[in-house]
Amino acid sequence: MKSRYKKLSLIAVALAGLGGATMLVLNAFQSNLVFFFSPTEVYQGKAPVDRVFRVGGLVLEGSVKREPDGLTTSFVVTDTARTIPAVYTGILPDLFAEGKGVVADGKLGSDGLFVANRVLAKHDENYMPPEAALALEQAKEAGKTLKPY
Amino acid sequence: MIPEIGTLALILALLLAVVQGLLPLWGAQRGNATWMAVARPAAFGQFTFVLIAYLCLVYAFLTDDFSVINVASNSYSNLPAFFKVTATWGSHEGSLLFWSLILAVWTIAVATFSRSLPEEVVSRVLGVMGLISVGFLSLLLITSSPFLRQFPAAAEGSDLNPLLQDWGMIIHPPMLYMGYVGFAVAFAFAVAALLSGRLDAAWARWSRPWATVAWAFLTLGVALGSWWAYRELGWGGWWFWDPVENASFMPWLAGTALIHSLAVAEKRGAFKAWTVLLALTTFSLSLLGTFLVRSGVLSSVHAFAVDPQRGAYILGFMLVVVGGSLALFAWRAPRMVAGGAFTAFSRESMLLANNVMMVASVAAVLLGTLYPLFIDALGLGKLSVGPPYFNAVFVPLITPALFLMGVGPLMRWKGDSVPDVVLRLKWALAIAMATGLLLPLTLEGYKPWAVLGLGLSAWIALTVWVAFRERVKSKEQFFNLPRAFWGMHLAHLGLAVGVAGITMVVNYEQEMDVRMNVGDQAQMAGYTLTFMGTENYSGPNYEATRGTVIVSKGDVEQFRLYPAKRIYNRSGSVMTEASVRPSLFSDLYVSLGEPLNAEGTTWAVRLYYKPFINWLWLGSFLMVVGGLLAASDRRYRIGAKARAPADAQASAAQGV
Repeated sequence: MKSRYKKLSLIAVALAGLGGATMLVLNAFQSNLVFFFSPTEVYQGKAPVDRVFRVGGLVLEGSVKREPDGLTTSFVVTDTARTIPAVYTGILPDLFAEGKGVVADGKLGSDGLFVANRVLAKHDENYMPPEAALALEQAKEAGKTLKPY
Repeated sequence: MIPEIGTLALILALLLAVVQGLLPLWGAQRGNATWMAVARPAAFGQFTFVLIAYLCLVYAFLTDDFSVINVASNSYSNLPAFFKVTATWGSHEGSLLFWSLILAVWTIAVATFSRSLPEEVVSRVLGVMGLISVGFLSLLLITSSPFLRQFPAAAEGSDLNPLLQDWGMIIHPPMLYMGYVGFAVAFAFAVAALLSGRLDAAWARWSRPWATVAWAFLTLGVALGSWWAYRELGWGGWWFWDPVENASFMPWLAGTALIHSLAVAEKRGAFKAWTVLLALTTFSLSLLGTFLVRSGVLSSVHAFAVDPQRGAYILGFMLVVVGGSLALFAWRAPRMVAGGAFTAFSRESMLLANNVMMVASVAAVLLGTLYPLFIDALGLGKLSVGPPYFNAVFVPLITPALFLMGVGPLMRWKGDSVPDVVLRLKWALAIAMATGLLLPLTLEGYKPWAVLGLGLSAWIALTVWVAFRERVKSKEQFFNLPRAFWGMHLAHLGLAVGVAGITMVVNYEQEMDVRMNVGDQAQMAGYTLTFMGTENYSGPNYEATRGTVIVSKGDVEQFRLYPAKRIYNRSGSVMTEASVRPSLFSDLYVSLGEPLNAEGTTWAVRLYYKPFINWLWLGSFLMVVGGLLAASDRRYRIGAKARAPADAQASAAQGV
């Protein structure tokens, strides 16, 4: 094969590969972005319905309850300004505790209950998940201008 | 006193690294033999001082010197001694020192095993490695000294993160770092070649074994990380597409592309500019991995306290390395001459396809990993990219690569005929398709992904067999096969084993969360699991509650599992210790959730059945052995001076 011809076919193969990959990537990317919302934003109705999103904050003191089946846990996530009730079925991570930071992925039901499909583990006792920290910070900022409820 | 000696040793190492980074490079440019001769002694001196510094840190850990901040925050007097040693690389500071130590180890390895190379090349390579070392040693000294003291000394340390108190952690970081840093050698060879403007087959031959060894270590490191996550994180996962895992996976993908394109560069003299670019990219991705993991921008087990100064330093260093090397590439690459011609159906084109798919995979993983960070940095909100994205992108990209992997090694360089190759591979193809289509019939549920995965796995394994059958006509031939041949096919077979394992575990694993009272039973994969209650015991630095689960088949007890919950005395952290019964064909995996009643007789228990999961580690192990075998091939050991192309042609004809 002529050298110019070879080069052209190489470029064609590379472009086809890249084009295919780009299409794949953008398709998958679009549908798998998980956005983060704080309890206040969820309260304001900013969170999507029927799409998985991430919520973060603190587990409200005294809010953790076990359902009779033993594996479903309901709890309340708060950013100290607003709260959102959540439920999770399964075994929670070791460091899940009242008053501690929590980050969960899941969907919001029409009744306002957040059904978590994944509760993220913290790896360290003193470590606050960045999302949870952000939610608290936002609430604090907002609290400067709003009256506490 | 000892920690101060450590700091002093670091400063001396930095000074020697500066010398090693400047004089030999300058000497090579000027043709000054005296300056070039500085490279080796400087490298050995630097290694000695970094080693002294590292041993000082080990000493501080072993003697519980809690006046050293790093020891106080990562150790504990009751921590078992070998965890005290591994704790030296458990923190940001310690791991950077360890990084520098490994770089020094690679540097002296190059200095030792490069006796037959031209002095100019060795000087440039060692010089570039010296410059990289300057970057890391000054990062250590400026922002992250592990020897900082506090007065008064802490009475007690705050213990090593319990997750890191596992013996998988003893070997995972060293192996991973050996891989990351090993690509610095390939990087240095590439930069040296760009500086000299001479990129020939000899250059590819010199850098190829180094890149292959680094790749083998990185493979081992990534596999061990996955194995550790599986055993230690307690929820049976072995890959999460976590940014930190991606950080090690991207250099692995790029490194895989690199060792394949180096094959073309060595044998055929083609793809040279591309290979150089891959060498630069692979090391840059290793640095990116270090940056992502160590700067605290990611939230994960590897991330430590966020320190913007460190992040900024590593980012700046990365920009210098990436920008500098790319600029050099842009300046020098146009001078390179194209290599041998080949047709669209040749081994070259197969390896090119491998490269395109590997690089596309890197790009896809990179996008998914960095996009959330960019959005966050731009203040546009927080988001994450879910694992489904990576699966959706990665599987279609890797599937054609796996298919071509079966064809490529059997094809001739320069060009092959399509009917000929089809004829040679028709039985392999038929048996592979039959395996893929029929094997899932014997399994629980007929799943298309299982058909694809098992078929591809069988295909690769069968083509390896064809390769051996075509090559080996007699017993003597079998024992005289070059190690490179063994290495390549063993590594490919390893991937086939790994693909089979992944396919099986992803499609046929079973998971159950159950509430179990004492005496309760659960059924899983033909086994009956009986929960016998829990008992308490004390470990060296933790209190534990250990459950007993009797696993039986029919009425016959097979074995017992002891999942535990540990509470670490010092930090109060709770750790789930899963209990795993591994076997070649399946694992049973039990972990304790939490007690569901006050008496502690009822527990949430998580049960997993993981078929063929060990094939993953087994396959990785074969790949590592294959890589090391290939790198130890005879042709790299005998005088590696530039040879006549005829020699390369001869070994090309042998097909290795």
